[in-house]
Amino acid sequence: MIYLWFNMALFFELLATGGFVVYIVKQKKWVFRCSYWILVAGFVCHTIFLSYRYYSLGTAPVLDLKSALGFFAWSIICVYLIFQIKFRLMVLGSFVAPLAAFLMIISSAIPWVEGPVKPVFKSLWLTVHVGTVFIGNALFAIAFLAAIMYLIQEHQIKRKRLGSVYDRLPSLATLDSINYYSLIYGFPFLTLGMITGSIYAQYALGKYWQWDPKEVWSLITWIFYGALLHERRRAGKYCQGVSLDEGY
Amino acid sequence: MRDIECVGEGLFLSTCNRVEALFTTEAAGEAKKSVISLLSGLGNMPEEKFSSSLYTFEDRDAVMHVFRVASSLDSMVVGEPQILGQIKEAYAQATIQKTSGVILNRLMHRAFHVAKRVRTETEICEAAVSISYAAVELAKKIFHVLDGKKVLLIGAGEMAELAARHLMTHGVSKMVVANRTFERAVQVAELFNGSPVSFDEIGAQLLEVDIVVTSTSAPEYVITHELVKKSLRKRRNRPLFFIDIAVPRDVEPAVNHLENVYVYDIDDLKGVIELNMAQRQQEAIKAERIVQEEVVKFEKWLKTLEVVPTIISLREKVESIIQVELKKSSSALDGLTPSQNKAIRGLTRSIAEKVINDPIVYLKGKADRPSLNMYLDVTRMLFKLDEDNGDADK
Repeated sequence: MIYLWFNMALFFELLATGGFVVYIVKQKKWVFRCSYWILVAGFVCHTIFLSYRYYSLGTAPVLDLKSALGFFAWSIICVYLIFQIKFRLMVLGSFVAPLAAFLMIISSAIPWVEGPVKPVFKSLWLTVHVGTVFIGNALFAIAFLAAIMYLIQEHQIKRKRLGSVYDRLPSLATLDSINYYSLIYGFPFLTLGMITGSIYAQYALGKYWQWDPKEVWSLITWIFYGALLHERRRAGKYCQGVSLDEGY
Repeated sequence: MRDIECVGEGLFLSTCNRVEALFTTEAAGEAKKSVISLLSGLGNMPEEKFSSSLYTFEDRDAVMHVFRVASSLDSMVVGEPQILGQIKEAYAQATIQKTSGVILNRLMHRAFHVAKRVRTETEICEAAVSISYAAVELAKKIFHVLDGKKVLLIGAGEMAELAARHLMTHGVSKMVVANRTFERAVQVAELFNGSPVSFDEIGAQLLEVDIVVTSTSAPEYVITHELVKKSLRKRRNRPLFFIDIAVPRDVEPAVNHLENVYVYDIDDLKGVIELNMAQRQQEAIKAERIVQEEVVKFEKWLKTLEVVPTIISLREKVESIIQVELKKSSSALDGLTPSQNKAIRGLTRSIAEKVINDPIVYLKGKADRPSLNMYLDVTRMLFKLDEDNGDADK
């Protein structure tokens, strides 16, 4: 039963991806609307699946790579749907949906491993940590996609190649502000995630900070984004590329 | 053109890339020759020099050409709205000079009608149609909205002013005008409610503005790579968009390589327009169909003109019969009161008109049929028109 919800989410998200690809080629508004609602349907299925897992495991369903990827895909779609309400930028879906679908495909390819959940994972701190970190990273993923779109569009304008790509992508100012908002909202989430993570570490492992590679990389990522955000605020920099990272 | 005998009605149309002479004539070859020699005389240029760029259309093709020109399908920039204004101007001149007659009047009015139909029924005029429009579209792709953006206008040509005006109507609120002669800057600034600055202040202004329109006649670059580079740091990397309408260029091409700086010169903008044109091929087909439709309608009307001489001579014949018969009976009619006299005259006229009314309606109905000439001949013979009217055409 539970896998049915996962499969339905996967199916709808793939279908929506197909729809969004058709939309970017054909530029028909009704195609976008269909794809959008299919994606919403996929998101709802996905949410039901995650809630059910949370209920049955007693903790956030992110304990293995399979669940983590699925949860990341869910976070990205969640952030996209919120952004869609704010920016109404239809073409963004054509970039976000494939990324989410890609994560879901990898997730579905990994076999299910069901084992007893260690009591150490059953902590509210872990749930909050995972939730904030994933939302933060989903925002950074959108920032990354907006930056890619910005680079493509800027290249078109600079090279004076105003063809079909130029028509389909939004203005530089729009892409820049999406990138900026993603960063500015993503960073507090990431920060909160780091704090709750170390509190959880204290609770579970007895130490706030252990210098294990995962923690060190998280810290480097956090510093990197902090520096980027600082630079943007100081120089008003039209951002030219943000790398995607692994933050969990 | 009025002095050329074989030309009936005529008008001259001149636009940015063409001069056209529209005229009606019975002797096409002769009229064409005289018009060409007239043009060569006016332009002070021997005929051989421009004969390669000459084109002539006759009858149906001519009507079609006029309609296509009016609806801007024949323009360098398809869909540009200026051409219709130029045609209206030419027609107004012709009516003042009284060189246009029944046919040209009708033709021009139909042309305006076609242009209106093309504009409202197709989207051909909606996309980027002129250089300044293309510049505005580009600016929107960079800044998204132009509200609150500041424009620097360097030099003042007609094109630059047009571009500036377009930018203003799309939300640009602040305009700064620089010119080598400060007085001119003040004049132009007044037009746009802007503020004038001297040429030396351009460097400082580059820190403030978002869009720069240049159109000076300076032979060297007004905006150099170095000048823009200096301003970038202080601009906090806000995008800067140069629209260079000047020939030769005002903005050094290397400026385009700077980050967040975009330079479009007039050739680039023309490239943008061509692209738009390609995308609007579909709309052009629709517009051509409208033109075809209207040409057919006009031809039908033109054919009815052939009936007109016959109808006129028919009416004249009846009129002369009435006059002759009234004169014959004048002695008997003299005894009547004026009101009775008037009634008799009205009666005879209305009887005569009723008699010829049906034949006239019938002829008009046959106007666009190939058998028209036969009906005309029969009418002329039945009413013996050609004996009364020596000048009627055979």
